[in-house]
Amino acid sequence: MSMNNQGRPSAIPAGSAGFDSVTGTVTGNRGLQIEEPLIFEQDSAGRTGVDLPDVPKVASRLGAVKPRAKVGLPGLAEPQVVRHYTRLSQKNYAIDSGFYPLGSCTMKHNPRLNEKMARLAGFSDVHPMQPVSTVQGALELMDQLAHWLKTLTGMAAVTLAPAAGAHGEMCGIMAIRSAHEAKGDSGRTKILVPESAHGTNPATAAACGYSVDAIPATADGRVDLEALKAKLGPDVAGLMLTNPNTCGLFERDIIAIAEAVHAAGGYFYCDGANFNAIVGRVRPADLGIDVMHINLHKTFSTPHGGGGPGSGPVVFAESLAPYIPVPYVTHGKDGFALVENAGDGMAFGRMKAFHGQMGMFVRALSYMLSHGADGLWQASGDAVLNANYVMARLEDVMTASFEGPCMHECLFDDRFLKGTGVTTLDMAKALIDEGFHPMTMYFPLVVHGALLIEPTETESKASLDQFVDALRALAERAKSGDVAYFQAAPRLTPRRRLDETAAARKPVLRWTPPVPAEALAAE
Amino acid sequence: MRYLPLTEADRQSMLEAVRATSVEDLFRDVPKAAQLAGPIGGLPNHMGELEVERLLGSMAAKNLPAGSVPSFLGAGAYRHHVPATVDHLVQRGEFLTAYTPYQPEVSQGTLQVLFEFQTQVALLTGMDVANASMYDGATSCAEAVMMANRVTRRKKAILSGGLHPHYRDVTTTDARFIGFEAVALPAAPTGGEDLLALVDDKTSCVVVQNPDVFGHVRDYTDLAAACQAKGALLIVVVTEALSLGLLTPPGDMGADIVAAEGQSFGNALNFGGPYVGLFAVKDKYVRQMPGRLCGETVDADGRRGFVLTLSTREQHIRREKATSNICTNSGLCALAFSIHVSLLGEAGITQLAQLNHAKAVQMADKLAAVPGVEVLNDGFFNEFTVKLPKPAAAVVEELAKRRILGGVPVSRLYPGEMEDLLLVAVTETNTDADMDAFAAALTEILGSGVLA
Repeated sequence: MSMNNQGRPSAIPAGSAGFDSVTGTVTGNRGLQIEEPLIFEQDSAGRTGVDLPDVPKVASRLGAVKPRAKVGLPGLAEPQVVRHYTRLSQKNYAIDSGFYPLGSCTMKHNPRLNEKMARLAGFSDVHPMQPVSTVQGALELMDQLAHWLKTLTGMAAVTLAPAAGAHGEMCGIMAIRSAHEAKGDSGRTKILVPESAHGTNPATAAACGYSVDAIPATADGRVDLEALKAKLGPDVAGLMLTNPNTCGLFERDIIAIAEAVHAAGGYFYCDGANFNAIVGRVRPADLGIDVMHINLHKTFSTPHGGGGPGSGPVVFAESLAPYIPVPYVTHGKDGFALVENAGDGMAFGRMKAFHGQMGMFVRALSYMLSHGADGLWQASGDAVLNANYVMARLEDVMTASFEGPCMHECLFDDRFLKGTGVTTLDMAKALIDEGFHPMTMYFPLVVHGALLIEPTETESKASLDQFVDALRALAERAKSGDVAYFQAAPRLTPRRRLDETAAARKPVLRWTPPVPAEALAAE
Repeated sequence: MRYLPLTEADRQSMLEAVRATSVEDLFRDVPKAAQLAGPIGGLPNHMGELEVERLLGSMAAKNLPAGSVPSFLGAGAYRHHVPATVDHLVQRGEFLTAYTPYQPEVSQGTLQVLFEFQTQVALLTGMDVANASMYDGATSCAEAVMMANRVTRRKKAILSGGLHPHYRDVTTTDARFIGFEAVALPAAPTGGEDLLALVDDKTSCVVVQNPDVFGHVRDYTDLAAACQAKGALLIVVVTEALSLGLLTPPGDMGADIVAAEGQSFGNALNFGGPYVGLFAVKDKYVRQMPGRLCGETVDADGRRGFVLTLSTREQHIRREKATSNICTNSGLCALAFSIHVSLLGEAGITQLAQLNHAKAVQMADKLAAVPGVEVLNDGFFNEFTVKLPKPAAAVVEELAKRRILGGVPVSRLYPGEMEDLLLVAVTETNTDADMDAFAAALTEILGSGVLA
């Protein structure tokens, strides 16, 4: 088969099964699905996508450093750059285009008002080191966001500094450590983490120098309170627990859990990734939680952007409130002030170069104001209702791992696929051909072949019904023995299953310039 | 409620399907005492777009946008012109509203962008490979130190006094909690540090910044070789990524790890975030890197495609044994970086870097001509330090009253220290008129006696 330098067939291959196996067109394109080479493969030396003023003629003053000879970047004109990224964008699935039920990720609608607000020059074109007298509105916005977060969680203090959920976890664990140290208690070397936890939880605890001890789950998918109590002692710094947990269930014993942790002298960290289930209905402080991060990019709709930026503010109960990092906003006699240095007070240090993810703060506050107290009440209610509806409509053909009601997500395992030869991964890939983003697969680890579905409140009933119908049909098809169909999925995507093993075995992590033909000949 | 598609009729029929009497019934596992009876108190009810725009617009109006006045602020965040194309493309919903590309068949757009981003970062820094981004330059720096600790199995980092103090603080904060030593040298506004003298057989790395926080540019080739001889790694931090368009890159000087801030390309000032951390290393250290990596592979039909790879380093697989706990990074900011760099291309990036340098040279000369003002730098890129006859913080306040954002007082970064020093950054956005206005206002303030 003849291939071009992108490895695409450049004509219909002889004996091919047609459109199902490869893209049988001369160009490699397929209607609206257009192949796109790397930007480095579109270079024409000297071409540029910007027009800049002439450089003033002055003697350069680079000290001992020499100017570099070249960088090696390709030259493209603006229309080529626009087309490149537009075509690439069309190879992505996104919430804007369809249902994205990725459990634990809260892929809800991203309102465009938030984007517009974040781009107001008064927020986007403000330098972090401007005199504070010129950024009073920015500090007011941070103060307002802090007020909403404290009110919604019932907590005493908040830091806006952390850049994402995992960064917030780090911040929370550092605060816990600081509090123990302030009491002169250095014997606490362990953090307890349930088996169902997000990978970031044990990674965070370990990064902060703690050993990690796993808490088993009960048959109903919750923390085993007795097992927890047995592990609590003077060597335990705290517990990291997600609630609602990663099985989509509310920890019924949460108040008893908090009391036990506190009685043993530990602190209770809550991973707030699943806050969307209860926001505006339950205040984490009322559950005995001491510290919790909040993913603004989940609960408060700031866009995920293909992997960030996130924002992970952390709320603290009174007991931990003194131990927050710099910077933070205070009310001074001349308006708002910014405390930027850890020298004064009990701040434990600094997490980030500047004041946090301001762009995300604007978007999150815009979302909060749009919903208001009444809208958040409705939103968490709808999120939970949607998840229960999906669960109820699937539980006769798939195997729900635990009895409901679930909270904002529902968990299935692969028992319904037993003996079919079809795996969780195969189901996910077949779902792609139906026009859906798959659910979270193989997480949490506490059930076999997990399929974790989080619909969020911004899906309509029609959208849920279509998804459920597709999944039911696939479950029936799997049980009918049509393994080959699943193993060949997806068929209709820009690329079919990718060889991840080959990618890891011999990593190619960047483009490299082709070796000129003469050099090859000389070898 | 404009974001909620369920109708009352939908809710009723769905409640029947789930055999619940009410939505509240679905919350029955929540302890009664912790359930609110209705919408939470102390917060307003929902608002329409117009009301939200008014409210947030009024807060935005209380700030002075840097672009509305002559602005010379830098110190790790730089105001560059971002082409209109960048913000248009990053707002495409397929980029904006996608998750981390865990399902590669429906994420080839994001993945190819990351592969190209990694390549651009590697080319700019002169390194072999780069990852798919970190939170910002400061966290990149701290992660670089921790990586050097893993590679060398040593636990002491030497931080140059030219390192941005916020980067230093993020690193020493991690040092304290994670359990390694970070020896931070005192601020060195005129250089002259003997870093090598501090390197011993316990030293995992030396961290320098180029240009450093006071704007000095240096050649670290000899330091790299000397570190190597002692088994330590050289980490070069870059806070102004545009400098890589003009200066010999850290890779060519022999750096083992480059930790940089990429905000200068494609990203607005945003009052400090979100930004994009760059992280690049020599090939041999790839498996010790933190963060996500995108790699090339083939699909079932043999066509080139991209996937996240080497994830056995990462928290979702390795849990407590991961190289870092990072998960979400700065994907969309990396996209903005990448689009801007693509638009510039080789010719554009070189010219833009030269333009910044030439304007900074002009500004330095204008300020040096102001009575009582001294420029401390011999070599610099687009930012330099001036010594003033009055406290810089007070001068900056006076300048702000005259609607000029005249740089960052060094004492804001080092409280109580070096109160007469001011950092001045100049970019392509500064006109000749801006520069003249700044010099004139400074002359007037220093000469008038408004500052006792």
